[in-house]
Amino acid sequence: MSELDFAPFLLSFKLAGITTFILFLIALPVSWWLSQTRCKCKPFVEAVVSLPIVLPPSVLGFYILYALSYNSPIGAFFDETFGIKLVFNFTGLVIASCFYSFPFMVQPLQSGFETLNKNMLEASYIAGKSKFQTLAFVALPNIKPALITALIITFAHTVGEFGVVLMVGGSIEGETKVASVAIYEFVEIMDYTNAHIYSAIMLALSFIVLLGVYLFNLHHNKRIGVA
Amino acid sequence: MLNIEIQKTLQGSIGTMELDVKLSIQEHDFVAISGASGSGKTTLLRILAGLEEAQGEIEVGGEIWLSKKTALAPQKRGLGFVFQDYALFANMSVEENLLFAAKDKTLAKHLLQITELEELAHRLPNTLSGGQKQRVSLCRAFMRRPKVLLMDEPLSALDPLMRTKLQHDILTLHKEFGTTTIMVSHDPSEIYRLANRVIELHQGKIIQDASPKEVLLKTQGSQKFSLTGELLEILKTDVIYIAIVAIGQQIVEVVIDEEEVLRFEVGERVQVSTKAFSPSLSKI
Repeated sequence: MSELDFAPFLLSFKLAGITTFILFLIALPVSWWLSQTRCKCKPFVEAVVSLPIVLPPSVLGFYILYALSYNSPIGAFFDETFGIKLVFNFTGLVIASCFYSFPFMVQPLQSGFETLNKNMLEASYIAGKSKFQTLAFVALPNIKPALITALIITFAHTVGEFGVVLMVGGSIEGETKVASVAIYEFVEIMDYTNAHIYSAIMLALSFIVLLGVYLFNLHHNKRIGVA
Repeated sequence: MLNIEIQKTLQGSIGTMELDVKLSIQEHDFVAISGASGSGKTTLLRILAGLEEAQGEIEVGGEIWLSKKTALAPQKRGLGFVFQDYALFANMSVEENLLFAAKDKTLAKHLLQITELEELAHRLPNTLSGGQKQRVSLCRAFMRRPKVLLMDEPLSALDPLMRTKLQHDILTLHKEFGTTTIMVSHDPSEIYRLANRVIELHQGKIIQDASPKEVLLKTQGSQKFSLTGELLEILKTDVIYIAIVAIGQQIVEVVIDEEEVLRFEVGERVQVSTKAFSPSLSKI
Protein backbone atom coordinates (compact mmCIF):
# COMPACT_ATOMS: atom_id res chain seq x y z
CA MET A 1 0.00 0.00 0.00
CA SER A 2 1.43 3.33 -1.06
CA GLU A 3 1.25 6.44 1.13
CA LEU A 4 -2.23 7.90 1.27
CA ASP A 5 -2.70 10.87 -1.08
CA PHE A 6 -5.03 13.46 0.44
CA ALA A 7 -5.05 15.76 -2.60
CA PRO A 8 -8.40 14.46 -3.95
CA PHE A 9 -10.04 15.11 -0.56
CA LEU A 10 -8.62 18.60 -0.33
CA LEU A 11 -9.83 19.27 -3.86
CA SER A 12 -13.31 17.97 -2.97
CA PHE A 13 -13.49 20.27 0.07
CA LYS A 14 -12.16 23.26 -1.84
CA LEU A 15 -14.77 22.69 -4.55
CA ALA A 16 -17.55 22.22 -1.98
CA GLY A 17 -16.51 25.31 -0.02
CA ILE A 18 -16.47 27.60 -3.05
CA THR A 19 -19.70 26.11 -4.41
CA THR A 20 -21.47 26.55 -1.06
CA PHE A 21 -20.37 30.18 -0.84
CA ILE A 22 -21.48 31.06 -4.38
CA LEU A 23 -24.76 29.17 -4.04
CA PHE A 24 -25.60 30.89 -0.76
CA LEU A 25 -25.39 34.27 -2.48
CA ILE A 26 -27.46 33.10 -5.46
CA ALA A 27 -30.00 30.97 -3.59
CA LEU A 28 -30.77 33.53 -0.88
CA PRO A 29 -32.75 35.96 -3.10
CA VAL A 30 -34.27 33.08 -5.09
CA SER A 31 -35.53 31.20 -2.03
CA TRP A 32 -36.75 34.42 -0.38
CA TRP A 33 -38.66 35.35 -3.53
CA LEU A 34 -40.15 31.85 -3.80
CA SER A 35 -41.28 31.96 -0.18
CA GLN A 36 -42.96 35.37 -0.47
CA THR A 37 -44.36 35.45 -4.00
CA ARG A 38 -47.91 34.87 -5.10
CA CYS A 39 -46.85 34.87 -8.75
CA LYS A 40 -48.48 32.27 -10.96
CA CYS A 41 -45.08 31.39 -12.38
CA LYS A 42 -43.89 30.07 -8.98
CA PRO A 43 -44.47 26.34 -9.80
CA PHE A 44 -42.45 26.71 -13.00
CA VAL A 45 -39.54 28.33 -11.18
CA GLU A 46 -39.72 25.66 -8.48
CA ALA A 47 -39.73 22.90 -11.08
CA VAL A 48 -36.66 24.34 -12.82
CA VAL A 49 -34.85 24.80 -9.49
CA SER A 50 -35.56 21.17 -8.53
CA LEU A 51 -34.55 19.63 -11.88
CA PRO A 52 -31.02 18.65 -10.78
CA ILE A 53 -32.52 16.40 -8.08
CA VAL A 54 -34.31 14.16 -10.56
CA LEU A 55 -32.15 14.47 -13.67
CA PRO A 56 -29.51 11.79 -14.12
CA PRO A 57 -26.14 13.47 -13.42
CA SER A 58 -25.05 12.36 -16.89
CA VAL A 59 -27.84 14.41 -18.50
CA LEU A 60 -26.93 17.47 -16.47
CA GLY A 61 -23.23 16.84 -17.13
CA PHE A 62 -23.85 16.45 -20.84
CA TYR A 63 -25.75 19.74 -21.15
CA ILE A 64 -23.22 21.65 -19.05
CA LEU A 65 -20.36 20.19 -21.07
CA TYR A 66 -22.20 21.05 -24.27
CA ALA A 67 -22.90 24.63 -23.11
CA LEU A 68 -19.43 25.38 -21.77
CA SER A 69 -17.22 23.68 -24.35
CA TYR A 70 -15.22 25.67 -26.91
CA ASN A 71 -17.77 24.84 -29.59
CA SER A 72 -20.63 26.58 -27.85
CA PRO A 73 -21.17 30.37 -27.92
CA ILE A 74 -20.73 30.62 -24.13
CA GLY A 75 -17.53 28.59 -24.04
CA ALA A 76 -16.14 30.43 -27.07
CA PHE A 77 -17.02 33.84 -25.56
CA PHE A 78 -15.18 33.14 -22.28
CA ASP A 79 -12.23 31.65 -24.10
CA GLU A 80 -11.86 34.52 -26.55
CA THR A 81 -12.71 37.41 -24.21
CA PHE A 82 -11.13 36.36 -20.90
CA GLY A 83 -8.94 33.49 -22.00
CA ILE A 84 -10.78 31.25 -19.55
CA LYS A 85 -11.56 27.68 -20.45
CA LEU A 86 -14.68 26.36 -18.76
CA VAL A 87 -14.37 22.61 -19.12
CA PHE A 88 -11.86 20.01 -17.91
CA ASN A 89 -10.57 22.38 -15.24
CA PHE A 90 -11.50 23.54 -11.74
CA THR A 91 -13.55 26.53 -12.96
CA GLY A 92 -15.74 24.17 -14.96
CA LEU A 93 -16.19 21.99 -11.87
CA VAL A 94 -17.37 24.96 -9.81
CA ILE A 95 -19.92 25.96 -12.47
CA ALA A 96 -21.17 22.40 -12.83
CA SER A 97 -21.40 21.96 -9.04
CA CYS A 98 -23.39 25.17 -8.73
CA PHE A 99 -26.03 23.77 -11.09
CA TYR A 100 -25.96 20.34 -9.50
CA SER A 101 -26.29 21.50 -5.87
CA PHE A 102 -28.58 24.49 -6.42
CA PRO A 103 -31.82 22.84 -5.17
CA PHE A 104 -30.05 21.63 -2.02
CA MET A 105 -29.43 25.24 -1.05
CA VAL A 106 -32.75 26.69 -2.24
CA GLN A 107 -35.17 24.15 -0.78
CA PRO A 108 -34.18 24.24 2.93
CA LEU A 109 -33.95 28.04 2.84
CA GLN A 110 -37.32 28.36 1.11
CA SER A 111 -39.09 26.05 3.54
CA GLY A 112 -37.39 27.86 6.42
CA PHE A 113 -38.68 31.22 5.16
CA GLU A 114 -42.14 29.76 4.59
CA THR A 115 -42.46 28.67 8.23
CA LEU A 116 -41.72 32.17 9.50
CA ASN A 117 -44.60 34.04 11.07
CA LYS A 118 -45.74 36.42 8.32
CA ASN A 119 -46.83 38.96 10.94
CA MET A 120 -43.26 39.10 12.23
CA LEU A 121 -42.03 40.14 8.78
CA GLU A 122 -44.86 42.63 8.47
CA ALA A 123 -44.01 44.04 11.90
CA SER A 124 -40.53 44.69 10.53
CA TYR A 125 -41.92 46.51 7.47
CA ILE A 126 -44.14 48.61 9.71
CA ALA A 127 -41.09 49.37 11.84
CA GLY A 128 -39.73 51.03 8.70
CA LYS A 129 -37.33 48.30 7.63
CA SER A 130 -36.77 47.51 3.96
CA LYS A 131 -37.14 44.01 2.51
CA PHE A 132 -33.38 43.57 2.56
CA GLN A 133 -33.08 44.66 6.22
CA THR A 134 -35.97 42.36 7.12
CA LEU A 135 -34.31 39.45 5.33
CA ALA A 136 -30.94 40.06 6.96
CA PHE A 137 -31.95 40.93 10.53
CA VAL A 138 -35.29 39.20 11.05
CA ALA A 139 -35.80 36.37 8.54
CA LEU A 140 -32.33 34.80 8.39
CA PRO A 141 -31.58 34.80 12.15
CA ASN A 142 -34.94 33.13 12.76
CA ILE A 143 -34.35 30.22 10.39
CA LYS A 144 -30.96 29.17 11.76
CA PRO A 145 -31.63 25.40 11.57
CA ALA A 146 -32.77 25.69 7.95
CA LEU A 147 -29.77 27.90 7.17
CA ILE A 148 -27.30 25.46 8.75
CA THR A 149 -29.04 22.55 6.98
CA ALA A 150 -28.85 24.33 3.63
CA LEU A 151 -25.14 25.17 4.00
CA ILE A 152 -24.06 21.76 5.23
CA ILE A 153 -26.21 19.68 2.88
CA THR A 154 -24.98 21.74 -0.06
CA PHE A 155 -21.40 21.28 1.05
CA ALA A 156 -21.84 17.55 1.67
CA HIS A 157 -23.74 17.02 -1.54
CA THR A 158 -21.02 18.73 -3.55
CA VAL A 159 -18.36 16.58 -1.88
CA GLY A 160 -20.45 13.56 -2.81
CA GLU A 161 -21.05 14.38 -6.47
CA PHE A 162 -19.57 12.10 -9.08
CA GLY A 163 -21.28 11.89 -12.45
CA VAL A 164 -21.40 15.58 -13.30
CA VAL A 165 -17.85 16.11 -12.09
CA LEU A 166 -16.52 13.25 -14.17
CA MET A 167 -18.26 14.47 -17.31
CA VAL A 168 -17.37 18.14 -17.02
CA GLY A 169 -13.98 17.85 -15.31
CA GLY A 170 -12.60 14.45 -16.23
CA SER A 171 -9.89 13.25 -13.88
CA ILE A 172 -6.91 15.56 -13.95
CA GLU A 173 -4.58 15.08 -11.00
CA GLY A 174 -4.73 18.09 -8.64
CA GLU A 175 -7.16 19.94 -10.92
CA THR A 176 -10.37 17.94 -11.29
CA LYS A 177 -9.66 14.60 -9.64
CA VAL A 178 -11.88 14.83 -6.57
CA ALA A 179 -12.30 12.09 -3.95
CA SER A 180 -15.32 10.42 -5.56
CA VAL A 181 -13.53 10.21 -8.91
CA ALA A 182 -10.39 8.89 -7.24
CA ILE A 183 -12.40 6.05 -5.66
CA TYR A 184 -13.88 5.18 -9.04
CA GLU A 185 -10.39 4.96 -10.52
CA PHE A 186 -9.09 2.79 -7.67
CA VAL A 187 -11.92 0.35 -8.31
CA GLU A 188 -11.22 0.40 -12.05
CA ILE A 189 -7.58 -0.59 -11.53
CA MET A 190 -8.68 -3.08 -8.84
CA ASP A 191 -6.77 -1.27 -6.05
CA TYR A 192 -9.38 -2.28 -3.48
CA THR A 193 -7.24 -1.34 -0.47
CA ASN A 194 -7.15 2.33 -1.37
CA ALA A 195 -10.76 2.20 -2.58
CA HIS A 196 -11.69 0.89 0.89
CA ILE A 197 -9.70 3.54 2.72
CA TYR A 198 -11.07 6.40 0.62
CA SER A 199 -14.64 5.08 0.84
CA ALA A 200 -14.42 4.61 4.60
CA ILE A 201 -13.19 8.17 5.03
CA MET A 202 -16.07 9.50 2.86
CA LEU A 203 -18.58 7.39 4.78
CA ALA A 204 -17.32 8.55 8.17
CA LEU A 205 -17.18 12.22 7.13
CA SER A 206 -20.68 12.15 5.65
CA PHE A 207 -22.10 10.54 8.76
CA ILE A 208 -20.40 13.02 11.09
CA VAL A 209 -21.66 15.94 9.03
CA LEU A 210 -25.26 14.71 9.02
CA LEU A 211 -25.16 13.83 12.70
CA GLY A 212 -23.86 17.33 13.40
CA VAL A 213 -26.80 18.89 11.49
CA TYR A 214 -29.41 16.83 13.30
CA LEU A 215 -27.83 17.42 16.72
CA PHE A 216 -27.71 21.16 16.07
CA ASN A 217 -31.36 21.25 14.99
CA LEU A 218 -32.46 19.26 18.03
CA HIS A 219 -30.55 21.55 20.37
CA HIS A 220 -31.78 24.70 18.62
CA ASN A 221 -35.42 23.63 18.62
CA LYS A 222 -35.22 22.89 22.34
CA ARG A 223 -33.72 26.28 23.00
CA ILE A 224 -36.30 28.33 21.13
CA GLY A 225 -39.13 26.17 22.38
CA VAL A 226 -40.21 24.36 19.21
CA ALA A 227 -41.29 20.83 20.02
CA MET B 1 -57.90 63.67 10.91
CA LEU B 2 -58.15 60.37 9.06
CA ASN B 3 -60.25 60.13 5.94
CA ILE B 4 -60.84 56.66 4.68
CA GLU B 5 -62.80 55.65 1.62
CA ILE B 6 -61.89 52.19 0.43
CA GLN B 7 -63.30 49.29 -1.55
CA LYS B 8 -61.98 45.78 -1.91
CA THR B 9 -63.48 42.50 -3.03
CA LEU B 10 -62.83 39.79 -0.47
CA GLN B 11 -63.07 36.03 -0.82
CA GLY B 12 -64.94 35.01 2.30
CA SER B 13 -66.30 31.71 3.53
CA ILE B 14 -69.70 32.58 2.10
CA GLY B 15 -68.40 33.62 -1.32
CA THR B 16 -67.23 37.02 -2.44
CA MET B 17 -67.91 40.06 -0.28
CA GLU B 18 -67.46 43.72 -1.00
CA LEU B 19 -65.57 45.65 1.66
CA ASP B 20 -66.83 49.19 1.28
CA VAL B 21 -65.94 51.57 4.06
CA LYS B 22 -66.23 55.35 4.21
CA LEU B 23 -65.08 56.85 7.44
CA SER B 24 -63.63 59.96 9.07
CA ILE B 25 -61.80 59.73 12.34
CA GLN B 26 -60.84 62.70 14.51
CA GLU B 27 -57.30 63.08 15.77
CA HIS B 28 -56.66 61.48 19.20
CA ASP B 29 -59.83 59.39 18.93
CA PHE B 30 -59.93 55.82 20.18
CA VAL B 31 -62.07 53.85 17.77
CA ALA B 32 -63.12 50.25 18.28
CA ILE B 33 -64.10 48.15 15.28
CA SER B 34 -66.37 45.24 16.05
CA GLY B 35 -68.35 42.75 14.04
CA ALA B 36 -68.69 39.04 13.42
CA SER B 37 -65.65 37.15 12.14
CA GLY B 38 -65.33 37.49 8.38
CA SER B 39 -66.90 40.95 8.36
CA GLY B 40 -63.68 42.55 7.09
CA LYS B 41 -62.33 44.11 10.30
CA THR B 42 -58.81 42.75 10.05
CA THR B 43 -58.65 43.46 6.31
CA LEU B 44 -59.64 47.07 6.95
CA LEU B 45 -56.82 47.38 9.47
CA ARG B 46 -54.32 45.75 7.12
CA ILE B 47 -55.32 48.08 4.29
CA LEU B 48 -54.75 51.05 6.59
CA ALA B 49 -51.30 49.68 7.42
CA GLY B 50 -50.47 49.22 3.75
CA LEU B 51 -50.14 45.46 4.13
CA GLU B 52 -52.96 44.82 1.68
CA GLU B 53 -53.98 46.53 -1.51
CA ALA B 54 -57.33 48.21 -2.03
CA GLN B 55 -59.13 50.70 -4.23
CA GLY B 56 -59.92 54.12 -2.89
CA GLU B 57 -58.34 56.81 -0.81
CA ILE B 58 -56.73 57.13 2.59
CA GLU B 59 -55.61 60.51 3.86
CA VAL B 60 -54.02 61.00 7.24
CA GLY B 61 -53.39 64.49 8.56
CA GLY B 62 -52.97 65.92 5.07
CA GLU B 63 -50.71 63.08 3.95
CA ILE B 64 -51.98 60.83 1.15
CA TRP B 65 -51.49 57.15 2.03
CA LEU B 66 -53.60 55.74 -0.76
CA SER B 67 -55.03 57.22 -3.91
CA LYS B 68 -55.62 56.16 -7.49
CA LYS B 69 -52.02 56.94 -8.34
CA THR B 70 -50.08 56.11 -5.21
CA ALA B 71 -49.95 53.63 -2.38
CA LEU B 72 -47.52 54.59 0.35
CA ALA B 73 -45.40 51.63 1.49
CA PRO B 74 -46.05 50.38 5.06
CA GLN B 75 -42.49 51.46 5.91
CA LYS B 76 -43.37 55.09 5.17
CA ARG B 77 -46.70 55.37 6.97
CA GLY B 78 -45.05 55.75 10.36
CA LEU B 79 -47.76 53.91 12.21
CA GLY B 80 -47.79 51.41 15.03
CA PHE B 81 -49.35 47.98 14.69
CA VAL B 82 -50.10 45.48 17.46
CA PHE B 83 -50.81 41.97 16.17
CA GLN B 84 -53.02 39.45 17.91
CA ASP B 85 -50.15 36.93 17.98
CA TYR B 86 -47.62 39.55 19.19
CA ALA B 87 -45.30 39.01 16.15
CA LEU B 88 -42.17 39.74 18.20
CA PHE B 89 -38.76 39.21 16.62
CA ALA B 90 -37.89 35.86 18.18
CA ASN B 91 -34.13 36.33 17.71
CA MET B 92 -34.01 39.60 19.63
CA SER B 93 -34.31 40.39 23.32
CA VAL B 94 -37.16 42.55 24.62
CA GLU B 95 -35.00 45.66 24.45
CA GLU B 96 -33.63 44.79 21.00
CA ASN B 97 -37.20 44.34 19.73
CA LEU B 98 -37.87 47.95 20.70
CA LEU B 99 -34.58 49.33 19.43
CA PHE B 100 -35.01 47.58 16.09
CA ALA B 101 -38.03 49.82 15.44
CA ALA B 102 -36.13 52.98 16.44
CA LYS B 103 -32.70 53.51 17.97
CA ASP B 104 -33.92 55.53 20.91
CA LYS B 105 -32.69 54.04 24.18
CA THR B 106 -34.32 56.68 26.37
CA LEU B 107 -37.74 56.07 24.86
CA ALA B 108 -37.29 52.29 25.06
CA LYS B 109 -36.44 52.57 28.76
CA HIS B 110 -39.38 54.86 29.38
CA LEU B 111 -41.83 52.52 27.64
CA LEU B 112 -40.52 49.48 29.50
CA GLN B 113 -40.89 51.43 32.74
CA ILE B 114 -44.54 52.34 32.06
CA THR B 115 -45.40 48.73 31.24
CA GLU B 116 -43.29 47.32 34.10
CA LEU B 117 -41.07 45.30 31.82
CA GLU B 118 -37.69 46.76 32.82
CA GLU B 119 -36.64 43.58 34.58
CA LEU B 120 -37.27 41.58 31.41
CA ALA B 121 -35.34 43.86 29.04
CA HIS B 122 -32.72 41.23 28.22
CA ARG B 123 -35.01 38.21 27.99
CA LEU B 124 -35.90 36.51 24.69
CA PRO B 125 -39.60 36.63 23.69
CA ASN B 126 -40.12 32.86 23.97
CA THR B 127 -39.36 33.01 27.70
CA LEU B 128 -42.20 35.49 28.33
CA SER B 129 -45.87 34.94 29.13
CA GLY B 130 -48.59 35.98 26.68
CA GLY B 131 -49.36 39.16 28.58
CA GLN B 132 -45.68 40.13 28.78
CA LYS B 133 -45.25 39.49 25.05
CA GLN B 134 -48.20 41.69 24.19
CA ARG B 135 -46.84 44.48 26.39
CA VAL B 136 -43.52 44.25 24.52
CA SER B 137 -45.41 44.39 21.25
CA LEU B 138 -47.29 47.46 22.49
CA CYS B 139 -44.05 49.18 23.50
CA ARG B 140 -42.50 48.34 20.13
CA ALA B 141 -45.47 49.91 18.35
CA PHE B 142 -44.85 53.19 20.20
CA MET B 143 -41.10 53.33 19.49
CA ARG B 144 -41.61 55.34 16.32
CA ARG B 145 -43.97 57.74 18.10
CA PRO B 146 -46.80 56.87 15.71
CA LYS B 147 -49.60 59.26 14.93
CA VAL B 148 -51.82 56.28 14.22
CA LEU B 149 -51.89 53.06 16.23
CA LEU B 150 -53.64 49.99 14.84
CA MET B 151 -54.42 46.98 17.03
CA ASP B 152 -55.87 43.72 15.78
CA GLU B 153 -57.65 41.99 18.68
CA PRO B 154 -54.63 42.65 20.89
CA LEU B 155 -56.06 41.14 24.05
CA SER B 156 -58.17 38.25 22.81
CA ALA B 157 -55.55 35.61 23.68
CA LEU B 158 -55.09 36.80 27.26
CA ASP B 159 -56.80 35.96 30.54
CA PRO B 160 -59.19 38.52 32.10
CA LEU B 161 -56.72 39.78 34.72
CA MET B 162 -54.01 40.38 32.15
CA ARG B 163 -56.54 42.11 29.90
CA THR B 164 -57.36 44.66 32.59
CA LYS B 165 -53.68 45.40 33.11
CA LEU B 166 -53.06 45.81 29.38
CA GLN B 167 -56.16 47.93 28.87
CA HIS B 168 -54.70 50.29 31.43
CA ASP B 169 -51.33 50.33 29.63
CA ILE B 170 -52.97 50.91 26.26
CA LEU B 171 -54.99 53.83 27.58
CA THR B 172 -51.97 55.36 29.32
CA LEU B 173 -49.85 55.20 26.17
CA HIS B 174 -52.68 56.34 23.91
CA LYS B 175 -53.05 59.48 26.02
CA GLU B 176 -49.35 60.13 26.57
CA PHE B 177 -48.45 59.89 22.88
CA GLY B 178 -51.65 61.50 21.64
CA THR B 179 -52.16 58.80 19.03
CA THR B 180 -55.25 58.15 17.00
CA THR B 181 -56.00 54.55 17.85
CA ILE B 182 -58.06 52.02 15.93
CA MET B 183 -58.62 48.68 17.63
CA VAL B 184 -60.43 45.57 16.45
CA SER B 185 -62.18 44.00 19.44
CA HIS B 186 -65.03 41.68 20.36
CA ASP B 187 -64.99 42.33 24.07
CA PRO B 188 -67.75 44.78 25.16
CA SER B 189 -66.09 45.66 28.46
CA GLU B 190 -62.83 46.37 26.69
CA ILE B 191 -64.54 48.55 24.10
CA TYR B 192 -66.45 50.36 26.82
CA ARG B 193 -63.32 51.06 28.86
CA LEU B 194 -61.08 52.16 26.01
CA ALA B 195 -62.97 53.50 23.04
CA ASN B 196 -64.94 56.68 22.53
CA ARG B 197 -66.46 55.46 19.29
CA VAL B 198 -67.58 52.06 18.05
CA ILE B 199 -67.93 51.04 14.43
CA GLU B 200 -69.66 47.79 13.69
CA LEU B 201 -68.98 46.04 10.42
CA HIS B 202 -71.24 43.50 8.81
CA GLN B 203 -70.31 41.84 5.52
CA GLY B 204 -67.86 44.61 4.72
CA LYS B 205 -70.23 47.52 5.42
CA ILE B 206 -70.58 49.82 8.41
CA ILE B 207 -73.90 49.07 10.10
CA GLN B 208 -73.39 51.04 13.28
CA ASP B 209 -71.27 54.03 14.19
CA ALA B 210 -71.86 55.56 17.61
CA SER B 211 -70.55 55.88 21.15
CA PRO B 212 -69.89 52.65 23.09
CA LYS B 213 -72.83 53.41 25.35
CA GLU B 214 -75.27 53.65 22.49
CA VAL B 215 -73.99 50.49 20.80
CA LEU B 216 -73.33 48.29 23.80
CA LEU B 217 -76.12 49.02 26.27
CA LYS B 218 -78.77 46.73 24.86
CA THR B 219 -81.78 47.90 26.82
CA GLN B 220 -84.87 49.13 25.04
CA GLY B 221 -87.80 51.23 26.17
CA SER B 222 -88.61 50.77 29.85
CA GLN B 223 -86.16 47.87 30.29
CA LYS B 224 -83.83 48.46 33.19
CA PHE B 225 -81.63 45.46 32.72
CA SER B 226 -80.99 43.21 29.78
CA LEU B 227 -78.65 40.36 28.85
CA THR B 228 -78.39 38.26 25.73
CA GLY B 229 -77.81 34.54 25.86
CA GLU B 230 -78.55 31.20 24.29
CA LEU B 231 -81.65 29.19 25.16
CA LEU B 232 -80.36 25.76 26.21
CA GLU B 233 -83.49 23.94 27.35
CA ILE B 234 -87.12 24.40 28.41
CA LEU B 235 -88.19 22.29 31.42
CA LYS B 236 -91.75 21.70 32.65
CA THR B 237 -92.13 21.53 36.42
CA ASP B 238 -95.69 21.12 37.72
CA VAL B 239 -97.60 23.97 36.12
CA ILE B 240 -94.78 26.28 35.12
CA TYR B 241 -92.02 26.18 32.54
CA ILE B 242 -88.42 27.02 33.22
CA ALA B 243 -86.09 28.22 30.47
CA ILE B 244 -82.40 27.49 30.99
CA VAL B 245 -80.31 30.25 29.38
CA ALA B 246 -76.53 30.49 29.00
CA ILE B 247 -75.30 34.08 29.39
CA GLY B 248 -71.56 34.29 28.86
CA GLN B 249 -70.09 31.74 31.26
CA GLN B 250 -73.20 31.69 33.48
CA ILE B 251 -76.30 29.49 33.30
CA VAL B 252 -79.53 31.04 34.61
CA GLU B 253 -83.16 29.99 34.98
CA VAL B 254 -86.07 32.12 33.83
CA VAL B 255 -89.70 31.26 34.48
CA ILE B 256 -91.93 31.47 31.40
CA ASP B 257 -95.59 30.68 30.88
CA GLU B 258 -97.15 28.06 28.67
CA GLU B 259 -97.99 30.37 25.78
CA GLU B 260 -94.43 31.67 25.61
CA VAL B 261 -93.02 28.16 25.33
CA LEU B 262 -94.31 27.91 21.78
CA ARG B 263 -92.55 31.09 20.74
CA PHE B 264 -89.08 29.87 21.60
CA GLU B 265 -86.86 27.25 20.12
CA VAL B 266 -83.92 25.65 21.91
CA GLY B 267 -80.63 27.03 20.56
CA GLU B 268 -82.06 30.48 19.80
CA ARG B 269 -80.46 33.74 20.90
CA VAL B 270 -82.70 35.29 23.55
CA GLN B 271 -82.75 38.40 25.68
CA VAL B 272 -83.28 38.24 29.44
CA SER B 273 -84.55 41.51 30.85
CA THR B 274 -86.39 42.95 33.85
CA LYS B 275 -88.57 46.01 34.02
CA ALA B 276 -90.13 46.50 37.41
CA PHE B 277 -87.25 45.56 39.64
CA SER B 278 -83.76 46.96 39.68
CA PRO B 279 -81.05 44.33 39.84
CA SER B 280 -78.76 44.75 42.83
CA LEU B 281 -74.99 44.56 42.85
CA SER B 282 -72.86 42.87 45.51
CA LYS B 283 -69.20 41.90 45.80
CA ILE B 284 -68.12 38.28 45.38
